[in-house]
Amino acid sequence: MSSVIKVNPIACEAYGYCAELLPELVTLDEWGYPIVDGSAVPAHLVELARRAAKDCPRRAFLLQRAVGP
Amino acid sequence: MPTATATDVHESAAHNSAAHNSAAADRATLLGAWRAHRNAELTTHLAYHGSPPLPQRGDRTWPERFAAAIEESGLTGRGGASFPSATKLRLVGSARGNPTLVVNAMEGEPASAKDKVLLSCVPHLVLDGAELAASALGATRIVVCVAADRPDILAGVVRAVKERAGSSLAPVPVEVQQPPARYVAGEESALVSWLNSGPGAPSWRPDKRTPLTIGRRPVLVHNAETLAHMALVARYGASAFRAVGTTDAPGTALVTVSGGVEHPGVYEVAMGTTLGSVIERTRPTADVAAVLTGGFGGSWVSAAALDTPYAPRPLAEVGGVVGPGVLVVLTRRACGIAETARLARYMAGESAGQCGPCVFGLPAVADDLAYLAIGTRDRDAIRRLEMRVATVDGRGACRHPDGVARMVRSALSVFASDAAAHGAGRPCVFANEPSVLPPTVIAPLVPTS
Repeated sequence: MSSVIKVNPIACEAYGYCAELLPELVTLDEWGYPIVDGSAVPAHLVELARRAAKDCPRRAFLLQRAVGP
Repeated sequence: MPTATATDVHESAAHNSAAHNSAAADRATLLGAWRAHRNAELTTHLAYHGSPPLPQRGDRTWPERFAAAIEESGLTGRGGASFPSATKLRLVGSARGNPTLVVNAMEGEPASAKDKVLLSCVPHLVLDGAELAASALGATRIVVCVAADRPDILAGVVRAVKERAGSSLAPVPVEVQQPPARYVAGEESALVSWLNSGPGAPSWRPDKRTPLTIGRRPVLVHNAETLAHMALVARYGASAFRAVGTTDAPGTALVTVSGGVEHPGVYEVAMGTTLGSVIERTRPTADVAAVLTGGFGGSWVSAAALDTPYAPRPLAEVGGVVGPGVLVVLTRRACGIAETARLARYMAGESAGQCGPCVFGLPAVADDLAYLAIGTRDRDAIRRLEMRVATVDGRGACRHPDGVARMVRSALSVFASDAAAHGAGRPCVFANEPSVLPPTVIAPLVPTS
Protein backbone atom coordinates (compact mmCIF):
# COMPACT_ATOMS: atom_id res chain seq x y z
CA MET A 1 0.00 0.00 0.00
CA SER A 2 1.63 3.25 -1.09
CA SER A 3 1.25 6.52 0.77
CA VAL A 4 1.07 10.12 -0.37
CA ILE A 5 1.71 13.38 1.42
CA LYS A 6 -1.01 16.00 1.62
CA VAL A 7 -0.73 19.43 3.15
CA ASN A 8 -3.82 21.09 4.58
CA PRO A 9 -3.21 24.61 3.26
CA ILE A 10 -5.62 26.20 5.74
CA ALA A 11 -3.95 24.65 8.79
CA CYS A 12 -0.34 25.11 7.59
CA GLU A 13 1.47 28.08 9.13
CA ALA A 14 4.85 27.58 7.48
CA TYR A 15 6.79 26.21 10.45
CA GLY A 16 8.85 24.31 7.88
CA TYR A 17 9.77 21.29 10.03
CA CYS A 18 8.53 18.98 7.27
CA ALA A 19 11.04 20.37 4.78
CA GLU A 20 13.87 19.94 7.29
CA LEU A 21 12.95 16.34 7.97
CA LEU A 22 12.14 15.43 4.39
CA PRO A 23 14.05 17.62 1.93
CA GLU A 24 13.76 14.78 -0.61
CA LEU A 25 9.99 15.26 -0.84
CA VAL A 26 9.22 18.72 0.49
CA THR A 27 10.48 22.05 -0.81
CA LEU A 28 9.45 25.44 0.52
CA ASP A 29 8.10 28.28 -1.57
CA GLU A 30 9.48 31.80 -1.19
CA TRP A 31 7.10 32.43 1.73
CA GLY A 32 8.06 29.25 3.54
CA TYR A 33 5.04 27.10 2.72
CA PRO A 34 5.68 23.47 1.75
CA ILE A 35 5.35 22.25 -1.83
CA VAL A 36 4.71 18.53 -2.31
CA ASP A 37 4.14 16.85 -5.65
CA GLY A 38 1.55 14.24 -4.63
CA SER A 39 3.55 11.24 -5.84
CA ALA A 40 3.90 8.04 -3.81
CA VAL A 41 6.33 8.21 -0.87
CA PRO A 42 9.26 5.79 -1.49
CA ALA A 43 9.39 2.95 1.07
CA HIS A 44 12.67 4.10 2.62
CA LEU A 45 11.20 7.54 3.42
CA VAL A 46 7.88 6.43 4.88
CA GLU A 47 9.18 6.40 8.43
CA LEU A 48 10.52 9.95 8.11
CA ALA A 49 7.25 11.09 6.54
CA ARG A 50 5.37 9.63 9.50
CA ARG A 51 7.58 11.57 11.84
CA ALA A 52 7.07 14.77 9.87
CA ALA A 53 3.32 14.27 10.18
CA LYS A 54 3.61 13.68 13.93
CA ASP A 55 5.91 16.67 14.46
CA CYS A 56 3.89 19.21 12.49
CA PRO A 57 2.75 21.77 15.10
CA ARG A 58 -0.39 22.50 13.10
CA ARG A 59 -1.13 18.88 12.17
CA ALA A 60 -1.25 20.15 8.59
CA PHE A 61 1.17 17.58 7.19
CA LEU A 62 -0.71 14.38 6.43
CA LEU A 63 0.42 10.98 5.28
CA GLN A 64 -2.45 9.25 3.55
CA ARG A 65 -2.99 6.01 1.74
CA ALA A 66 -2.96 6.57 -2.00
CA VAL A 67 -6.45 6.41 -3.51
CA GLY A 68 -7.23 4.74 -6.81
CA PRO A 69 -4.92 3.15 -9.38
CA MET B 1 -16.98 53.62 -20.18
CA PRO B 2 -20.18 51.54 -20.03
CA THR B 3 -20.50 48.89 -17.39
CA ALA B 4 -23.37 46.56 -16.66
CA THR B 5 -25.83 48.43 -14.49
CA ALA B 6 -29.22 47.16 -13.47
CA THR B 7 -31.07 49.20 -16.07
CA ASP B 8 -28.77 48.21 -18.91
CA VAL B 9 -29.18 44.61 -17.96
CA HIS B 10 -32.94 44.76 -18.08
CA GLU B 11 -32.91 46.58 -21.37
CA SER B 12 -30.53 44.23 -23.08
CA ALA B 13 -32.18 41.18 -21.63
CA ALA B 14 -35.41 42.41 -23.11
CA HIS B 15 -34.19 43.72 -26.43
CA ASN B 16 -32.08 40.87 -27.56
CA SER B 17 -33.96 37.87 -28.76
CA ALA B 18 -32.50 34.46 -28.10
CA ALA B 19 -30.60 32.72 -30.83
CA HIS B 20 -33.69 31.35 -32.51
CA ASN B 21 -36.86 33.00 -33.68
CA SER B 22 -39.94 30.82 -33.69
CA ALA B 23 -42.44 31.59 -30.93
CA ALA B 24 -42.61 27.93 -29.84
CA ALA B 25 -38.85 27.68 -29.44
CA ASP B 26 -38.79 31.03 -27.63
CA ARG B 27 -41.16 29.57 -25.04
CA ALA B 28 -38.46 27.15 -23.87
CA THR B 29 -35.94 29.91 -23.17
CA LEU B 30 -34.97 31.48 -19.87
CA LEU B 31 -35.92 35.05 -20.77
CA GLY B 32 -38.78 34.47 -23.23
CA ALA B 33 -41.50 35.25 -20.67
CA TRP B 34 -39.79 38.49 -19.69
CA ARG B 35 -39.39 39.54 -23.31
CA ALA B 36 -43.07 38.88 -24.00
CA HIS B 37 -44.57 40.49 -20.89
CA ARG B 38 -41.92 42.49 -19.04
CA ASN B 39 -43.44 41.27 -15.81
CA ALA B 40 -41.96 38.99 -13.17
CA GLU B 41 -45.16 38.14 -11.28
CA LEU B 42 -46.35 34.61 -10.62
CA THR B 43 -49.58 34.97 -12.60
CA THR B 44 -47.67 36.11 -15.69
CA HIS B 45 -45.17 33.30 -15.25
CA LEU B 46 -47.92 30.66 -15.00
CA ALA B 47 -49.86 32.12 -17.92
CA TYR B 48 -46.75 31.90 -20.07
CA HIS B 49 -45.21 28.60 -18.97
CA GLY B 50 -48.08 26.77 -17.24
CA SER B 51 -47.60 25.04 -13.89
CA PRO B 52 -44.35 23.25 -13.17
CA PRO B 53 -44.77 19.46 -13.45
CA LEU B 54 -44.27 18.75 -9.74
CA PRO B 55 -44.90 15.14 -8.63
CA GLN B 56 -48.31 13.91 -7.51
CA ARG B 57 -48.39 12.66 -3.93
CA GLY B 58 -47.11 9.09 -3.78
CA ASP B 59 -45.62 9.04 -7.29
CA ARG B 60 -42.47 7.06 -6.55
CA THR B 61 -41.14 6.88 -10.09
CA TRP B 62 -41.24 10.66 -10.58
CA PRO B 63 -37.77 11.43 -9.11
CA GLU B 64 -36.13 8.98 -11.49
CA ARG B 65 -38.11 10.30 -14.46
CA PHE B 66 -37.01 13.84 -13.58
CA ALA B 67 -33.36 12.81 -13.23
CA ALA B 68 -33.56 10.90 -16.51
CA ALA B 69 -34.94 13.96 -18.33
CA ILE B 70 -32.12 16.12 -16.93
CA GLU B 71 -29.60 13.48 -17.95
CA GLU B 72 -31.03 13.23 -21.47
CA SER B 73 -30.98 17.03 -21.81
CA GLY B 74 -27.22 17.07 -21.26
CA LEU B 75 -27.57 20.10 -18.96
CA THR B 76 -24.34 21.10 -17.25
CA GLY B 77 -23.88 23.39 -14.25
CA ARG B 78 -23.79 27.08 -15.12
CA GLY B 79 -21.93 28.27 -12.04
CA GLY B 80 -18.48 27.72 -13.49
CA ALA B 81 -17.51 24.06 -13.41
CA SER B 82 -19.81 22.87 -16.25
CA PHE B 83 -20.35 19.58 -14.38
CA PRO B 84 -23.23 17.33 -15.59
CA SER B 85 -26.27 18.34 -13.51
CA ALA B 86 -27.87 14.87 -13.54
CA THR B 87 -24.72 13.31 -12.03
CA LYS B 88 -24.80 15.85 -9.22
CA LEU B 89 -28.50 15.14 -8.57
CA ARG B 90 -27.90 11.40 -8.39
CA LEU B 91 -24.83 11.68 -6.14
CA VAL B 92 -26.73 13.63 -3.50
CA GLY B 93 -29.95 11.68 -4.04
CA SER B 94 -28.16 8.48 -3.04
CA ALA B 95 -26.76 9.93 0.21
CA ARG B 96 -28.46 9.27 3.57
CA GLY B 97 -30.77 11.79 5.19
CA ASN B 98 -33.14 14.46 3.83
CA PRO B 99 -31.02 16.84 1.80
CA THR B 100 -31.08 20.60 1.64
CA LEU B 101 -31.14 22.23 -1.77
CA VAL B 102 -29.14 25.46 -1.96
CA VAL B 103 -29.81 27.96 -4.74
CA ASN B 104 -26.58 29.83 -5.38
CA ALA B 105 -27.48 33.38 -6.43
CA MET B 106 -24.42 34.97 -4.83
CA GLU B 107 -23.20 36.64 -8.04
CA GLY B 108 -19.71 36.77 -6.56
CA GLU B 109 -18.18 37.34 -9.97
CA PRO B 110 -18.03 41.15 -10.33
CA ALA B 111 -18.49 41.09 -14.11
CA SER B 112 -21.59 38.86 -13.94
CA ALA B 113 -25.14 40.14 -13.74
CA LYS B 114 -27.08 37.00 -14.61
CA ASP B 115 -28.28 36.18 -11.09
CA LYS B 116 -29.66 39.71 -10.91
CA VAL B 117 -31.46 39.31 -14.24
CA LEU B 118 -32.84 35.86 -13.43
CA LEU B 119 -34.16 36.84 -10.02
CA SER B 120 -35.52 40.21 -11.14
CA CYS B 121 -37.05 39.10 -14.43
CA VAL B 122 -37.89 35.38 -14.11
CA PRO B 123 -37.60 34.49 -10.40
CA HIS B 124 -40.36 31.89 -10.64
CA LEU B 125 -38.45 29.89 -13.21
CA VAL B 126 -35.57 29.62 -10.71
CA LEU B 127 -37.96 28.71 -7.89
CA ASP B 128 -39.73 26.13 -10.10
CA GLY B 129 -36.36 24.54 -10.76
CA ALA B 130 -35.53 24.56 -7.07
CA GLU B 131 -38.87 22.94 -6.12
CA LEU B 132 -38.49 20.32 -8.85
CA ALA B 133 -34.91 19.44 -7.93
CA ALA B 134 -35.78 19.43 -4.22
CA SER B 135 -38.74 17.11 -4.88
CA ALA B 136 -36.54 14.79 -6.92
CA LEU B 137 -34.06 14.60 -4.04
CA GLY B 138 -36.60 14.26 -1.26
CA ALA B 139 -35.22 17.50 0.13
CA THR B 140 -37.05 19.09 3.04
CA ARG B 141 -35.54 22.56 2.81
CA ILE B 142 -34.62 25.02 0.05
CA VAL B 143 -32.24 27.87 0.84
CA VAL B 144 -31.75 30.71 -1.63
CA CYS B 145 -28.42 32.45 -1.00
CA VAL B 146 -28.12 36.11 -1.96
CA ALA B 147 -25.03 38.13 -1.03
CA ALA B 148 -25.52 40.49 1.92
CA ASP B 149 -24.72 43.57 -0.18
CA ARG B 150 -27.30 42.84 -2.88
CA PRO B 151 -30.66 44.25 -1.73
CA ASP B 152 -31.53 44.58 -5.43
CA ILE B 153 -31.38 40.81 -5.96
CA LEU B 154 -32.92 40.10 -2.55
CA ALA B 155 -36.05 42.14 -3.32
CA GLY B 156 -36.98 40.02 -6.33
CA VAL B 157 -36.39 36.76 -4.48
CA VAL B 158 -38.37 37.75 -1.40
CA ARG B 159 -41.32 38.95 -3.47
CA ALA B 160 -41.40 35.74 -5.50
CA VAL B 161 -41.03 33.47 -2.46
CA LYS B 162 -43.97 35.26 -0.78
CA GLU B 163 -46.15 34.86 -3.87
CA ARG B 164 -45.80 31.05 -3.75
CA ALA B 165 -45.59 30.45 0.01
CA GLY B 166 -48.12 27.93 1.25
CA SER B 167 -49.33 27.08 -2.26
CA SER B 168 -48.96 23.82 -4.17
CA LEU B 169 -46.06 25.48 -6.00
CA ALA B 170 -44.01 25.42 -2.81
CA PRO B 171 -44.17 21.79 -1.60
CA VAL B 172 -40.70 22.29 -0.10
CA PRO B 173 -40.43 25.45 2.03
CA VAL B 174 -38.05 28.14 0.79
CA GLU B 175 -35.96 30.38 2.99
CA VAL B 176 -33.65 33.20 1.93
CA GLN B 177 -30.23 33.66 3.49
CA GLN B 178 -27.63 36.39 3.06
CA PRO B 179 -24.06 35.14 3.35
CA PRO B 180 -21.23 37.69 3.38
CA ALA B 181 -20.52 39.55 0.14
CA ARG B 182 -17.14 38.26 -0.92
CA TYR B 183 -15.80 36.76 -4.11
CA VAL B 184 -15.13 33.35 -2.56
CA ALA B 185 -18.32 33.28 -0.42
CA GLY B 186 -20.22 31.76 -3.34
CA GLU B 187 -17.87 28.79 -3.61
CA GLU B 188 -19.98 25.82 -2.58
CA SER B 189 -18.00 24.72 0.46
CA ALA B 190 -17.91 28.36 1.64
CA LEU B 191 -21.68 28.65 1.29
CA VAL B 192 -22.18 25.42 3.20
CA SER B 193 -19.74 26.60 5.89
CA TRP B 194 -21.83 29.72 6.38
CA LEU B 195 -25.10 27.75 6.47
CA ASN B 196 -23.47 25.63 9.18
CA SER B 197 -22.92 28.82 11.22
CA GLY B 198 -19.27 28.78 10.18
CA PRO B 199 -17.17 31.67 8.88
CA GLY B 200 -18.35 31.31 5.28
CA ALA B 201 -14.88 30.57 3.95
CA PRO B 202 -13.98 27.66 1.65
CA SER B 203 -13.02 24.42 3.35
CA TRP B 204 -10.22 22.07 2.41
CA ARG B 205 -11.62 18.93 0.81
CA PRO B 206 -8.82 16.62 -0.27
CA ASP B 207 -11.43 14.23 -1.61
CA LYS B 208 -14.03 16.21 -3.57
CA ARG B 209 -16.29 13.16 -3.70
CA THR B 210 -17.06 13.51 -0.01
CA PRO B 211 -20.51 15.12 0.00
CA LEU B 212 -21.01 18.45 1.74
CA THR B 213 -23.37 18.40 4.71
CA ILE B 214 -25.40 20.75 6.89
CA GLY B 215 -25.27 19.09 10.27
CA ARG B 216 -25.41 15.47 9.12
CA ARG B 217 -27.66 16.06 6.16
CA PRO B 218 -26.40 16.17 2.59
CA VAL B 219 -26.52 19.41 0.60
CA LEU B 220 -26.86 20.05 -3.09
CA VAL B 221 -25.73 23.47 -4.31
CA HIS B 222 -26.95 24.54 -7.73
CA ASN B 223 -26.41 27.79 -9.57
CA ALA B 224 -29.62 29.78 -10.15
CA GLU B 225 -29.32 29.50 -13.94
CA THR B 226 -28.89 25.73 -13.78
CA LEU B 227 -32.14 25.40 -11.82
CA ALA B 228 -34.02 27.66 -14.24
CA HIS B 229 -32.91 25.37 -17.08
CA MET B 230 -34.18 22.38 -15.09
CA ALA B 231 -37.61 24.03 -14.89
CA LEU B 232 -37.63 24.33 -18.69
CA VAL B 233 -36.44 20.75 -19.26
CA ALA B 234 -39.13 19.40 -16.90
CA ARG B 235 -41.84 21.32 -18.79
CA TYR B 236 -40.79 21.15 -22.42
CA GLY B 237 -38.65 18.01 -22.42
CA ALA B 238 -35.03 17.20 -23.05
CA SER B 239 -35.49 17.38 -26.83
CA ALA B 240 -36.67 21.01 -26.69
CA PHE B 241 -33.55 21.83 -24.68
CA ARG B 242 -31.34 20.00 -27.16
CA ALA B 243 -33.01 21.70 -30.14
CA VAL B 244 -30.75 24.68 -29.42
CA GLY B 245 -26.99 24.64 -28.98
CA THR B 246 -24.58 21.92 -30.04
CA THR B 247 -24.50 18.15 -29.48
CA ASP B 248 -21.70 18.59 -26.97
CA ALA B 249 -23.12 21.67 -25.32
CA PRO B 250 -26.90 21.79 -25.74
CA GLY B 251 -29.25 24.59 -24.72
CA THR B 252 -28.92 28.29 -24.26
CA ALA B 253 -26.69 30.11 -21.80
CA LEU B 254 -26.77 33.49 -20.11
CA VAL B 255 -23.71 35.55 -20.91
CA THR B 256 -22.92 38.86 -19.23
CA VAL B 257 -20.98 41.01 -21.66
CA SER B 258 -19.19 44.15 -20.47
CA GLY B 259 -16.03 46.13 -21.12
CA GLY B 260 -15.49 48.17 -24.26
CA VAL B 261 -18.99 47.79 -25.67
CA GLU B 262 -21.94 50.13 -26.21
CA HIS B 263 -24.57 47.71 -24.91
CA PRO B 264 -23.30 45.79 -21.92
CA GLY B 265 -25.78 43.41 -20.39
CA VAL B 266 -27.00 39.87 -19.99
CA TYR B 267 -27.69 37.99 -23.20
CA GLU B 268 -29.27 34.60 -23.68
CA VAL B 269 -27.38 32.89 -26.48
CA ALA B 270 -27.42 29.43 -28.00
CA MET B 271 -24.39 27.45 -26.94
CA GLY B 272 -22.08 27.21 -29.93
CA THR B 273 -22.78 30.76 -31.18
CA THR B 274 -19.39 32.19 -32.15
CA LEU B 275 -17.68 34.43 -29.64
CA GLY B 276 -17.53 37.10 -32.33
CA SER B 277 -21.26 37.15 -32.99
CA VAL B 278 -22.08 37.31 -29.27
CA ILE B 279 -19.80 40.31 -28.95
CA GLU B 280 -20.98 41.94 -32.17
CA ARG B 281 -24.49 42.27 -30.70
CA THR B 282 -23.09 44.38 -27.88
CA ARG B 283 -21.43 46.84 -30.31
CA PRO B 284 -17.75 47.08 -29.39
CA THR B 285 -16.58 50.69 -29.14
CA ALA B 286 -13.41 50.01 -31.18
CA ASP B 287 -11.60 47.06 -32.79
CA VAL B 288 -11.53 44.13 -30.38
CA ALA B 289 -8.07 43.08 -29.16
CA ALA B 290 -9.00 40.31 -26.74
CA VAL B 291 -11.82 38.98 -24.58
CA LEU B 292 -11.67 37.92 -20.96
CA THR B 293 -13.72 34.71 -20.84
CA GLY B 294 -15.15 33.07 -17.72
CA GLY B 295 -14.70 36.04 -15.40
CA PHE B 296 -11.89 37.33 -13.22
CA GLY B 297 -10.56 33.83 -12.59
CA GLY B 298 -11.06 32.94 -16.24
CA SER B 299 -8.84 33.37 -19.26
CA TRP B 300 -7.97 35.94 -21.94
CA VAL B 301 -8.64 34.91 -25.53
CA SER B 302 -7.14 36.78 -28.46
CA ALA B 303 -9.36 38.47 -31.04
CA ALA B 304 -7.80 36.09 -33.57
CA ALA B 305 -10.03 33.39 -32.03
CA LEU B 306 -13.35 35.25 -32.27
CA ASP B 307 -14.74 32.65 -34.66
CA THR B 308 -14.59 30.06 -31.84
CA PRO B 309 -17.98 28.66 -30.79
CA TYR B 310 -19.05 29.76 -27.30
CA ALA B 311 -19.13 26.37 -25.52
CA PRO B 312 -16.82 24.70 -22.99
CA ARG B 313 -14.86 22.40 -25.31
CA PRO B 314 -14.21 24.67 -28.31
CA LEU B 315 -13.32 27.54 -25.99
CA ALA B 316 -10.86 25.34 -24.11
CA GLU B 317 -9.07 24.66 -27.39
CA VAL B 318 -8.21 28.35 -27.71
CA GLY B 319 -7.40 28.72 -24.01
CA GLY B 320 -10.79 30.14 -23.04
CA VAL B 321 -13.41 29.09 -20.53
CA VAL B 322 -17.19 29.45 -20.22
CA GLY B 323 -17.08 29.52 -16.40
CA PRO B 324 -20.05 31.43 -14.98
CA GLY B 325 -20.85 33.05 -18.36
CA VAL B 326 -18.84 36.24 -18.44
CA LEU B 327 -17.19 38.07 -21.34
CA VAL B 328 -15.23 41.30 -20.85
CA VAL B 329 -14.28 42.95 -24.14
CA LEU B 330 -10.91 44.64 -24.44
CA THR B 331 -10.60 46.93 -27.45
CA ARG B 332 -7.39 48.08 -29.09
CA ARG B 333 -7.76 51.30 -27.13
CA ALA B 334 -6.94 49.59 -23.82
CA CYS B 335 -3.92 47.90 -22.26
CA GLY B 336 -4.22 44.18 -21.51
CA ILE B 337 -1.33 44.23 -19.06
CA ALA B 338 -2.81 47.11 -17.06
CA GLU B 339 -6.24 45.45 -16.96
CA THR B 340 -4.68 42.15 -15.90
CA ALA B 341 -2.84 43.97 -13.12
CA ARG B 342 -6.13 45.45 -11.90
CA LEU B 343 -7.82 42.04 -12.03
CA ALA B 344 -4.98 40.45 -10.07
CA ARG B 345 -5.07 43.22 -7.44
CA TYR B 346 -8.79 42.75 -6.97
CA MET B 347 -8.48 38.97 -6.73
CA ALA B 348 -5.63 39.25 -4.20
CA GLY B 349 -7.92 41.36 -2.01
CA GLU B 350 -10.69 38.78 -2.29
CA SER B 351 -8.69 35.89 -0.85
CA ALA B 352 -10.40 34.37 2.17
CA GLY B 353 -7.06 34.79 3.92
CA GLN B 354 -6.78 31.17 4.95
CA CYS B 355 -3.96 29.66 2.89
CA GLY B 356 -0.40 30.99 2.83
CA PRO B 357 0.26 30.59 -0.90
CA CYS B 358 -2.89 32.64 -1.65
CA VAL B 359 -2.37 35.22 1.14
CA PHE B 360 1.25 35.95 0.15
CA GLY B 361 1.30 34.75 -3.45
CA LEU B 362 -1.57 36.73 -4.94
CA PRO B 363 -0.37 40.15 -3.68
CA ALA B 364 3.12 39.30 -4.97
CA VAL B 365 1.68 38.45 -8.38
CA ALA B 366 -0.41 41.64 -8.32
CA ASP B 367 2.69 43.71 -7.43
CA ASP B 368 4.73 42.14 -10.23
CA LEU B 369 1.96 42.92 -12.70
CA ALA B 370 1.51 46.47 -11.42
CA TYR B 371 5.18 47.33 -11.93
CA LEU B 372 5.06 45.67 -15.35
CA ALA B 373 1.92 47.66 -16.21
CA ILE B 374 3.46 51.04 -15.46
CA GLY B 375 6.52 50.09 -17.50
CA THR B 376 9.16 49.59 -14.83
CA ARG B 377 12.21 48.38 -16.72
CA ASP B 378 12.87 44.87 -15.40
CA ARG B 379 14.21 42.15 -17.71
CA ASP B 380 13.38 39.51 -15.12
CA ALA B 381 9.75 40.57 -14.55
CA ILE B 382 8.05 38.08 -16.85
CA ARG B 383 10.12 35.10 -15.73
CA ARG B 384 9.43 35.95 -12.08
CA LEU B 385 5.72 36.29 -12.75
CA GLU B 386 5.60 32.92 -14.48
CA MET B 387 7.42 31.34 -11.56
CA ARG B 388 5.14 32.91 -8.93
CA VAL B 389 2.02 31.99 -10.82
CA ALA B 390 3.20 28.37 -10.95
CA THR B 391 3.87 28.56 -7.20
CA VAL B 392 0.32 29.57 -6.27
CA ASP B 393 -1.45 27.28 -8.76
CA GLY B 394 -3.30 24.45 -7.00
CA ARG B 395 -2.00 25.34 -3.55
CA GLY B 396 -5.11 26.72 -1.87
CA ALA B 397 -8.04 24.96 -0.20
CA CYS B 398 -10.27 26.31 -2.95
CA ARG B 399 -9.55 27.16 -6.57
CA HIS B 400 -9.25 30.93 -6.07
CA PRO B 401 -5.45 31.01 -6.62
CA ASP B 402 -5.79 28.58 -9.56
CA GLY B 403 -8.16 30.99 -11.28
CA VAL B 404 -5.72 33.88 -10.84
CA ALA B 405 -2.89 31.70 -12.15
CA ARG B 406 -4.91 30.79 -15.23
CA MET B 407 -5.94 34.37 -15.90
CA VAL B 408 -2.39 35.74 -15.54
CA ARG B 409 -0.85 32.97 -17.66
CA SER B 410 -3.37 33.66 -20.41
CA ALA B 411 -2.49 37.36 -20.27
CA LEU B 412 1.23 36.64 -20.62
CA SER B 413 0.43 34.56 -23.68
CA VAL B 414 -2.26 36.70 -25.37
CA PHE B 415 -0.45 39.98 -24.61
CA ALA B 416 3.06 38.50 -24.95
CA SER B 417 4.52 41.27 -27.11
CA ASP B 418 2.93 43.97 -24.93
CA ALA B 419 4.35 42.29 -21.83
CA ALA B 420 7.82 42.25 -23.36
CA ALA B 421 7.59 45.93 -24.29
CA HIS B 422 6.36 46.87 -20.79
CA GLY B 423 9.22 44.87 -19.24
CA ALA B 424 11.66 46.75 -21.44
CA GLY B 425 10.39 50.03 -20.03
CA ARG B 426 8.09 50.82 -22.96
CA PRO B 427 4.50 50.58 -21.65
CA CYS B 428 1.75 50.98 -24.23
CA VAL B 429 0.05 54.35 -24.55
CA PHE B 430 -3.22 53.06 -23.13
CA ALA B 431 -1.77 51.83 -19.83
CA ASN B 432 -3.05 54.97 -18.07
CA GLU B 433 -6.46 55.06 -19.78
CA PRO B 434 -9.61 54.44 -17.71
CA SER B 435 -10.21 50.74 -17.06
CA VAL B 436 -12.91 48.74 -18.84
CA LEU B 437 -13.57 46.78 -15.64
CA PRO B 438 -16.53 47.42 -13.32
CA PRO B 439 -15.72 50.56 -11.26
CA THR B 440 -16.29 48.72 -7.98
CA VAL B 441 -13.23 46.56 -8.51
CA ILE B 442 -10.72 49.15 -9.64
CA ALA B 443 -7.88 49.99 -7.28
CA PRO B 444 -4.74 52.03 -8.02
CA LEU B 445 -2.28 49.92 -10.03
CA VAL B 446 0.57 50.37 -7.60
CA PRO B 447 -0.41 50.49 -3.92
CA THR B 448 0.34 53.85 -2.33
CA SER B 449 1.09 52.44 1.15
